[in-house]
Amino acid sequence: MDTKQYKVTLMRDAAAAGHQPHYLLWIGCAGAFDRRYQKVAQAFAKILIHAGVDFACLGSEETCTGDPARRAGNEMLFQMQALQVIETFKTYNISRIITICPHCFNTFKNEYPDLGGSYEVIHHSQMLQNLMAEGKLKVDPEVFAQRKVTFHDPCYLGRANDEYAAPRAVLNQTGITISEMPRNRSRALCCGAGGAQMFKEAEPGTKEVYAERTEEALATGASVIATACPFCMTMITDGLKRESKDEEVENLDIAEIVARALGI
Amino acid sequence: MVKQIVFGFILGVTLGVFGYTAWRIRQYFRLTKPYATGNWGKRLKMLATVGMGQTKILRQPVAGVMHALVFWGFLVITIGSLEMVIDGFWGTHRIMQGLGMVYPVVVGSGDLFAGLVLVLIAAFLFRRLFMKIKRFYGAEMKPVSKIDAYAALGIIFLLMVSLLGLNTAWNQINSNSYSHWLPVSSLLAPLFANLSGSALHTWHEVFWWMHIVLIFIFANLLPYSKHFHVFTSLPNVLLSRLEPLGKLDHMPDMEKEVRMMMNPDQAFATTQAEAAPSRFGVKDVTDITWKSYLDSLACTECGRCTAVCPANLTGKKLSPRKIMMDTRARMKEKGGSLFRMGSDYSDGRSLIGDYITPEELWACTTCNACAMECPVNINQPSLIVAMRRYLALEEAAVPASLATMLANIENNGAPWQYPAEEREKWMNELTHT
Repeated sequence: MDTKQYKVTLMRDAAAAGHQPHYLLWIGCAGAFDRRYQKVAQAFAKILIHAGVDFACLGSEETCTGDPARRAGNEMLFQMQALQVIETFKTYNISRIITICPHCFNTFKNEYPDLGGSYEVIHHSQMLQNLMAEGKLKVDPEVFAQRKVTFHDPCYLGRANDEYAAPRAVLNQTGITISEMPRNRSRALCCGAGGAQMFKEAEPGTKEVYAERTEEALATGASVIATACPFCMTMITDGLKRESKDEEVENLDIAEIVARALGI
Repeated sequence: MVKQIVFGFILGVTLGVFGYTAWRIRQYFRLTKPYATGNWGKRLKMLATVGMGQTKILRQPVAGVMHALVFWGFLVITIGSLEMVIDGFWGTHRIMQGLGMVYPVVVGSGDLFAGLVLVLIAAFLFRRLFMKIKRFYGAEMKPVSKIDAYAALGIIFLLMVSLLGLNTAWNQINSNSYSHWLPVSSLLAPLFANLSGSALHTWHEVFWWMHIVLIFIFANLLPYSKHFHVFTSLPNVLLSRLEPLGKLDHMPDMEKEVRMMMNPDQAFATTQAEAAPSRFGVKDVTDITWKSYLDSLACTECGRCTAVCPANLTGKKLSPRKIMMDTRARMKEKGGSLFRMGSDYSDGRSLIGDYITPEELWACTTCNACAMECPVNINQPSLIVAMRRYLALEEAAVPASLATMLANIENNGAPWQYPAEEREKWMNELTHT
C-alpha cells in the first residue's frame, strides 16, 4: 500500500508564495461534500501529484458554478454565481481549469464566455488521457485484467460536449476492453440526474431512470461500472443498491480505476 | 390553347392559395422573438450533411435509408415537375429536351426514383398499417396525426403512379423508342401494348393532369399538416443552433439586471435608459424565438426524440415531440385569434398551463438525447429550459426540493447545506492517512 503523503496546494498559499500554478483543479460541490465523490477527488489529486502536474485548488474559495440553478430555470442565481466565480478566477489569474465534473466542465467551457470568462477547460478524463499519452502514468495493466468493465457516458461530457473518446482511451490504456452497453456514446441513456434532477424527486412514472440505466449496465455482465461524473455515480450507485448488487459490482470513477492501476 | 388557359387558371389558384398560406405563416413568425444567425459557412456544411446527406435520419439505418431514398427521389423528380409547369404554362412538350444530353439523365433518374419511391411508400404504408412501431404511438398522437400520415403517403403513392403512367404512355406513343432512358417505365410497356393511338394519347393526358394537379393539391395541403416538414426541414437545418448541445442560451437582459444589482453605481450610468424586458423566459408562443417556432413547423412527428427521452421511457408525461406539437398548435390558436381580434386581444390561455404542464417541464434531465436524435436538428431542450425560466423567474414556481437547492446555493454556495470551510476536508484527509 502506498504510504506517500499527498499534499494538495491551495491557490491562496501559492499566491502568498509568489507561485502561479499551471492549472486550477476545480473540485466542485460533489467532490467537496459528497462522501463518495470525495474519494474521486482524492484519487484524481493523487494522480496529478504522482505525475508531477503543477496545480492548485481553491478550497474554501470555491462556490457553486451555478449550473443546477441555471438548469432549474433560475438564471439570476446562475449569473450571480458565475460572476462571483469569474471574479475569483481573475484574482488568481486562472486560465486553465481541470474539472472532475462534466457539469462544471460544460458550464465553464460553454456558458461562462457569455459572461466574460473564457478559459481552457479540461475534463479529468481528458487530462488523464493526455498524461497517459505523455507517458507520465505507468499503469499496471494486470490490475483490471480479469475484470469486466462497462462505461456509462455522462450526458454533459458526451452529447453535450462530444467527448466520447477520452474516457474510453483512459480505460483502454489501463488494460481494459470495455464491454459496451447497447446504448452508448451519443446514444447513451441518461442516468436521470441531469438538468437539476439530482436535487429533486422524479415526476410520477413507471420506473426510475437510474434503474433503467443500471439494469442495462448489469446486463453486460460487468463487475465494474465506470463513470466520469459525480451525479452519474450517485445514480448508478443507487441503482446497484436497489438491485442488491452493490456488494458484487463496483461503481468506480475512471480516476479511481487509474489510481488503482497505478498502485496509489 | 384551352389546355394552357385551364392550366394557367389552376396554377393561379395554387399560387394564390399558397401565397395566402405563406403570408399567414409570416404573420405568425412576426409574433416571435429574435434569434441570432451568422456563421454561414458552418450552416451550409450542416445543410450539406444533415440536410442533403440525411446523416441524422440514417442513425436508424433501415427507416433512415428508406427516408433518404424518398428524399433524394423528391429532389430529382422535382426537376421533372418544374418541366411540367413550364410545359403547361407555355404549351410546350417536354421543354427540357432542349438540354440535350442532360435530358435522358433527368428523365431516367426521375423514372428510376419514381419506381423506387413507389415501392418505399408502399413499404411505409405497410409499416404504419401492420407493424406496431412504438414511436408512432403516444399520448400526443391523436387521430389527426394518423390521417395526416396516411393522406401524405397516399398522395405520394398516386404521384408516383401517375408519373410512371405518364412516362410509359409517352414511351408507347413514341414506339417505345425511349425505353433505354426509362429503367422502370420500360418494364411497364406491356401494360399499354394493346392500346390504340388515341387511347394512348388520352391516357397520357390523364396521367399528366393527374400528376400536376396532385402536386398542386399536395403543396397546398402540406402547410396545414405535419408534412409541412417538406418545406421547412431544410431551412430548419440551415438555421440550426450551432453551439454545443450542452450550452444554454444566454439571457443578456438578465445580465444587465444582475450587473446592476452587483454594482449599482456603474450599471446605473450605462443602462438607465433601457427598459426591462416584458418577461423572462417563455410563457406563451409570443415569447419564443422564431427559430423555436420554425422547429415546431419542421417537426413531422416521427417520434425519434420521444423514443429516446429518459423521462418518457420511464413513464413520465414529458414527450419532446409533444412540446413541438403543442407549440405549433398554440401558435395557430393564438396567432389566429390575434389577427381576428386585434393585437391587444388575450384569450386568457397560454402555452404553459393550457398545453404544456409544469410536470412535463420539470421531468426533463436536459440530457439532449432528443436533440441528438432529431433528423432536422430541432432543439427541444432550449425551449423546455426557456419555459422553466419563466416558471422560476416570473412565478417562483419551482418544485419544493429545487427551491431548497436554490436556497442552499444562495446561502452557502453549494446545492447542499454545507459550509464552505468543509470544502478542504477531502484534501486534509489525503495528507493525514
